[in-house]
Amino acid sequence: MLAAAAIVLPLLAPLYLGPYNLALLGRFFALSIVTIGIALVWGNGGILPLGQGLFFGLGSYCLAMHLKLAALGPGEIPDFMQWNGLDTLPAMWLPFKSAVFALAAALLVPTALAALLAWLLFHRRVGGVYFALITQALVLAATTFIISQQPYTGGFNGLTDFGSLFGFPLADQRTQVGLYFVTVAVLALLFLGARWLLATQFGRLLRAIRDGENRVRFLGYDPASYKVVAFAAGALLAGLAGVLYTLNIGVISPAMIGVMPSIEMVVWAAVGGRDSLGGAILGTLLVNFAKDKVSSAFPDLWLYLMGALFLVVVVVLPEGIGGWLSRLLADSGDRVRRTMVMRPMTAAIDEVEEKPAAQGSSFK
Amino acid sequence: MSEMAEALLRVEDVTVSFEGFKALDKVSLTVQASGVRVVIGPNGAGKSTLMDAIIGRVRPLSGRILFKGRDLGALAEHEIVRLGICRKFQTPGILSNLTVEENIIVAAKRNRGWRGTLRRAISAAERRRVDEVLELVTLGAKRLMLAAHLPHGAKQWLEIGMVMASDSDLLMLDEPAAGMTQHEREKTAELIRGLASRHAFIVVDHDMDFVEQLAAPVSVLHMGRMLREGSIDEIRNDPQVRAVYLGRAEDELAYA
Repeated sequence: MLAAAAIVLPLLAPLYLGPYNLALLGRFFALSIVTIGIALVWGNGGILPLGQGLFFGLGSYCLAMHLKLAALGPGEIPDFMQWNGLDTLPAMWLPFKSAVFALAAALLVPTALAALLAWLLFHRRVGGVYFALITQALVLAATTFIISQQPYTGGFNGLTDFGSLFGFPLADQRTQVGLYFVTVAVLALLFLGARWLLATQFGRLLRAIRDGENRVRFLGYDPASYKVVAFAAGALLAGLAGVLYTLNIGVISPAMIGVMPSIEMVVWAAVGGRDSLGGAILGTLLVNFAKDKVSSAFPDLWLYLMGALFLVVVVVLPEGIGGWLSRLLADSGDRVRRTMVMRPMTAAIDEVEEKPAAQGSSFK
Repeated sequence: MSEMAEALLRVEDVTVSFEGFKALDKVSLTVQASGVRVVIGPNGAGKSTLMDAIIGRVRPLSGRILFKGRDLGALAEHEIVRLGICRKFQTPGILSNLTVEENIIVAAKRNRGWRGTLRRAISAAERRRVDEVLELVTLGAKRLMLAAHLPHGAKQWLEIGMVMASDSDLLMLDEPAAGMTQHEREKTAELIRGLASRHAFIVVDHDMDFVEQLAAPVSVLHMGRMLREGSIDEIRNDPQVRAVYLGRAEDELAYA
């Protein structure tokens, strides 16, 4: 019954939600895609990603660059470039005139960058808190770079005033509703894809590596390769989320992909239940609707509230809402639930390689 | 040369040093393709370090380790394991959030690259192996239980099962009987003896009673050096070995 509700309610949303709330729901569904990636990478892979905003942002910007160009007449260049004294389009912008190129780049660039980063770090056995901090540092560097390169990136203001995609005017209400359904469809597909992946042997090994990376290594596996694939998949999801989010909201700026948003993304996953895919969607919707309602009534209060929410989840509901709900359901039925034995929330952070450093040892 | 080819594992003059402290000091050990070798020694003698060195967890400062004639020095840990060595660690190294069966499946899998894992089902041969091992370690009835929920003794059995499931040529067991009841220890010894015709074992343990049940040649490590090698009776009556244990853990040999 719950599953039926989860399918029917979003599909009927345009009937019972006004345009404002429908637009919000569309955006939050788009954001849920990032969170599914975090559930994969963090909840199941034990890798805490504190910089998903980077991959989200790469997806967003790749698409936004195309949308910006598509809104121009022949021979024109984007408004912010004119204000910054440019008179021709920079070379790196040229290929983004093609929508297909922009979409492909929006998916490939974050995935490839994440794969490269993860490959370099995981093969050097950089993990846990160090990896998390490096991802955070990268997202900070990226936003600083975007802001500093205003003539080429739009700077702090980001990119906005889009026209149309594939000929559909984005401002049109019908396009918005269509976009909502596209978002729901993509989310549903990715949800099923992620669920399939976690049900395969790959998913099992990912969880095994989360629980005992060394044990798995000494069973003859190379944990780094599994972690690289998982992290790249998480980045692909983040990039896709960025694309859909930008389409739904009509703007992208460094403030939307920086350090704070990256941390918020992890909070959504924690609230929903780190390892649960359904929880990822639930957590994203819940926190973001709360954010919208609270910050419109009390703008200064939201950050404190989010901090408090995170604390409550860590202390009272370490399995998140998703874990709590499925336990509730298991108790009412006779289905045997495989309760996850929760380690403290910080376990993934504290994990330190227990490898003794012997002289003459060499990492290749 | 013929002797070279016969030995499964050759540890040759291996020295492992931790910031100047020699955990292993020119240790040599030869293991044939089948049978059990027991390694005993007081705490800190270097028993676990010897296993660490064989499986690539620590690298020798000098000396070399040959497995099937191949120098392990340049290989990553998982590559060494793929050559046919599997190890049970001292503290139970099970995968807590996986079921008992899944633990064995992970260990039994032959193709360990990620590309081969993008499907649900395991091969029929792997499935048979998993069932066989679960039967062997008497965990068949608990196969769907989370590994974390097993009692301590059963966790040890599960990890022994994982090592068996790997079907490696050399199985190294670090204190397999620790925390087990007398009855469980006997079963473990029986299991090892039963498999020793097809596999080589290196077993590290303190418990002389357990070691005796293995009825196998014993190597004594002391302060990183190989002190003695011989049958259990020779070792027990050796004055030097007795001296090493005296004042440290007299009881360990007393009832032997």
